[in-house]
Amino acid sequence: MSSSVAVLLEACNVGKSFGGVQALKDVSLTIRANEIYGLIGPNGAGKTTFFNVLTGLYPRDGGEVLFDGRALDLANPYRVAEAGIARTFQNIRLFGSMTALENVMVGRHVRTRAGVFGAILRTPGQRAEEAAVKRRAQELLHYVGIPHRAEALARHLSYGDQRRLEIARALATEPKLLALDEPAAGMNATETAGLRQLIEGLRADGLTVLLIEHDVKLVMGLCDRVAVLDYGEKIAEDVPAVVQKDPKVIEAYLGGSIGG
Amino acid sequence: MNRKILGFVLIGVALLILPHVLTQVGTAWVRIANLAILFIFLSLGLNIVVGMAGLLDLGYVAFYAVGAYLWALLASPHFGLHLPFWIILPLGALLACIAGAVLGAPCLRLRGDYLAIVTLGFGEIVRIFMNNLSTPFNITNGPKGITGIDDVSIGSISFATTDSFFGIPFTGPVKYYYMLLALLLLIIIVNLRLQNSRIGRAWVAIREDEIAAKAAGINTWNVKLLAFAMGASFGGIAGGMFAAMQGFISPESFVLHESIIIVAMVVLGGMGNVWGVIAGALLLSFVPEILRYTVEPVQMALFGRQLVEPEVLRMLLFGAALVLTMRFRPAGIWPESRHRREMSEARGAGA
Amino acid sequence: MDIFLQQIINGLTTGSVYAIVALGYTMVYGVIQLINFAHGDVVMVGAMVAFTVIMGVVGMGLPLPPFMIVLAGVLAAIPACMAVGFLLERAAYRPLRHAPRLAPLITAIGMSIILQQVALLIWGRDPRAFPQIMDNPSFAIGGAAISAVQIAIILLSVALMAGLTWFVYRTKFGIAMRATAENVNIAGLMGIDANRVIAGTFIIAAALGAVAGVMYGTYYGIAHYTMGFILGLKAFSAAVLGGIGNLAGAMLGGLLLGLVEALGAGYIGEFTDLCRWPVVSAMLAERCAADGHVVLFGSNYQDVFAFAVLILVLVFRPSGLLGERVSERA
Repeated sequence: MSSSVAVLLEACNVGKSFGGVQALKDVSLTIRANEIYGLIGPNGAGKTTFFNVLTGLYPRDGGEVLFDGRALDLANPYRVAEAGIARTFQNIRLFGSMTALENVMVGRHVRTRAGVFGAILRTPGQRAEEAAVKRRAQELLHYVGIPHRAEALARHLSYGDQRRLEIARALATEPKLLALDEPAAGMNATETAGLRQLIEGLRADGLTVLLIEHDVKLVMGLCDRVAVLDYGEKIAEDVPAVVQKDPKVIEAYLGGSIGG
Repeated sequence: MNRKILGFVLIGVALLILPHVLTQVGTAWVRIANLAILFIFLSLGLNIVVGMAGLLDLGYVAFYAVGAYLWALLASPHFGLHLPFWIILPLGALLACIAGAVLGAPCLRLRGDYLAIVTLGFGEIVRIFMNNLSTPFNITNGPKGITGIDDVSIGSISFATTDSFFGIPFTGPVKYYYMLLALLLLIIIVNLRLQNSRIGRAWVAIREDEIAAKAAGINTWNVKLLAFAMGASFGGIAGGMFAAMQGFISPESFVLHESIIIVAMVVLGGMGNVWGVIAGALLLSFVPEILRYTVEPVQMALFGRQLVEPEVLRMLLFGAALVLTMRFRPAGIWPESRHRREMSEARGAGA
Repeated sequence: MDIFLQQIINGLTTGSVYAIVALGYTMVYGVIQLINFAHGDVVMVGAMVAFTVIMGVVGMGLPLPPFMIVLAGVLAAIPACMAVGFLLERAAYRPLRHAPRLAPLITAIGMSIILQQVALLIWGRDPRAFPQIMDNPSFAIGGAAISAVQIAIILLSVALMAGLTWFVYRTKFGIAMRATAENVNIAGLMGIDANRVIAGTFIIAAALGAVAGVMYGTYYGIAHYTMGFILGLKAFSAAVLGGIGNLAGAMLGGLLLGLVEALGAGYIGEFTDLCRWPVVSAMLAERCAADGHVVLFGSNYQDVFAFAVLILVLVFRPSGLLGERVSERA
């Protein structure tokens, strides 16, 4: 990678609690442009909570997030998508009775304009936009490797294909940062290898990737830098080789989850 | 493809001839056909809200009432106003649309089942107001309703009288039939075009998984409000037509049962699928009428008296339609085209 | 007469009935997150069955004390409603346990229509007047009056609430119910038969509904096949006001809703009397001089209060007064 250290996302003291439980304690981290950034930690460390706060699904209790040089409006998830952060979900959330193609087309919503009257009157502008949306969606299905499944209902896709479709839908929003929540969960070795290729390709195409993952081998092999959360606190943030040797990290993993 | 076009042409011709055939049987049947078209229209309006966006609106009849009362107040001796239909109908649509937005705004953050109950409450509130806004200022004339409502008239052609064109008599109900058919065509086009559009996809996405829709960049609140307001405006148009056709309206016509009937039509036919909803509305419009004309003689013949009123059977039919559809065919008798598209794809892959 | 106190007494009475019906909604919702839309109609069935039995016993001319006759009505209504509740759960809701949330609600609406129409077939279209067999003396308290029936309703409600609380917190079945409400899967792992618990919950809710139906019928002296709709909607509003899924909430919500309604109906006419407001009354000088009052909204708007409360609560505090579970389970 080049020596440029342009910062894409900077989270400062992000906090979140549920009732009395502090799920996130003043988490600060910095994601640089075009890197693959891993977020790891034992079960219940607050990784997904961080994702949900970052993408506006949970209201945060405190802290700021700077994205691409501007303060991110976390009050509405669609604003986050508009700003250029797209995400996938740990327990895949697709639009089950829509086709794969339509799922991706929904992702174009935030970058397109056509309204009700355009659709009813079939104005030239609307028709052109609709064609462009469809074309882009087909390209993206091709990109993630499932063009042959375009007309299949999302809920009938295989598990691995569903993961890919979710990534395609996220990419359709033209994100600068793609946040993947445990994309390898439940995948077999071949599927994981394919996923790894896909993520590396995304980076090669200029995207920045934020990755939550349990598969430590995948994270260590793939990520440029890694942050470790434990009990809602960041206990380490560095290149994988350093994080792996950090006594606090070893303690969190060995002390936290036996055999995990 | 050509066969499909031929099919549409045949159906079109049949629909154009139908009222004249029905007139031979009895003008009552033309009126029944008109009400059926009105219910198809309402179902397709509600389909936008319930079918596409997945928002169970149990107070849809409130918007129907808004349109009907607006027509009744602006074109009847009640206030002495007699505005033409091309002013009232759009005005009714607009007013219902505003009512939809105002009622929808506070409740669209609610979860689905709560939304259903709240809309039902709103429907009741509207009914209570219709019943009571006769004092101290007489606006709605209370439970007595409003009579002497103007018929539609276009230029010199009044829908109240019979005219002959090309030697064919066009009675009032027949004229309404054609007007309703034109409106129906309009709403079918609206439904079909919205279904495969940016907004329509956003609605279905919200129906399927609201959280994922949010994360995919949809401003769910706005988009839901749009569905609500659009559905409401079609309800307003239908209400206006109803008032003109009947010449008399009262709060009795806008009770919860009416809302449930429309929901049943959408649900039975297949939420989200235009043709399914039409089939559902047709079925639930005509079967009760057929029952009305058969059940009584059959009961008289068998038992010598009427044990079960047709109206009771009608409501039982709607109740059973809801329960049995959910149990055995949750996607309706004619599911959304997306499902069928995939079936054909599967067959193609297998071959 | 002290109108304020009188309205409080009336409000507490209807509120007690709402509370008992609301318990039915909240128990079922707590266990399977279903708005049992047909619950109001179960209450109606209770009132109707009791009416039939009471009329029958009166017709036979047995020399029974009136209290016993009403008791006979209640004792007949309870098993009848339990059977209806059981059938509802078994035939309509259980097959949809894993369907999307709206499916059972739509089914519930269908069942509500069916119950009403069946009741219409059995008991007819006209309202049925409850025979006034009991003496209903009134007692004066602080410038207001409270009738024996009102006292009976309030006391019986309190007893039922206490009994239910004991049942839910102290008996084995109650504990199983609460465990199922907490997490149906984990309760299953602990050896709780969820099907039995859910069916039991429906049956208990229906039994409470039966008693509420008789109370309502006795208080208003009337039963009608559509009475369950508005009563059910109000009781549901009460359950939401208190925090749905929460037993104490349903009781509190019911009583509060009864009070809001009674006081609202009692005072809204006064507040919206246009002749009281200087600017408007000047415009209406003629009518005010003639009638003395130009009331914009009278007590005939009573039913609006419950819905207004429902909407306000859902918009501003969806978890209700005592509810905790705010976030939707993902």
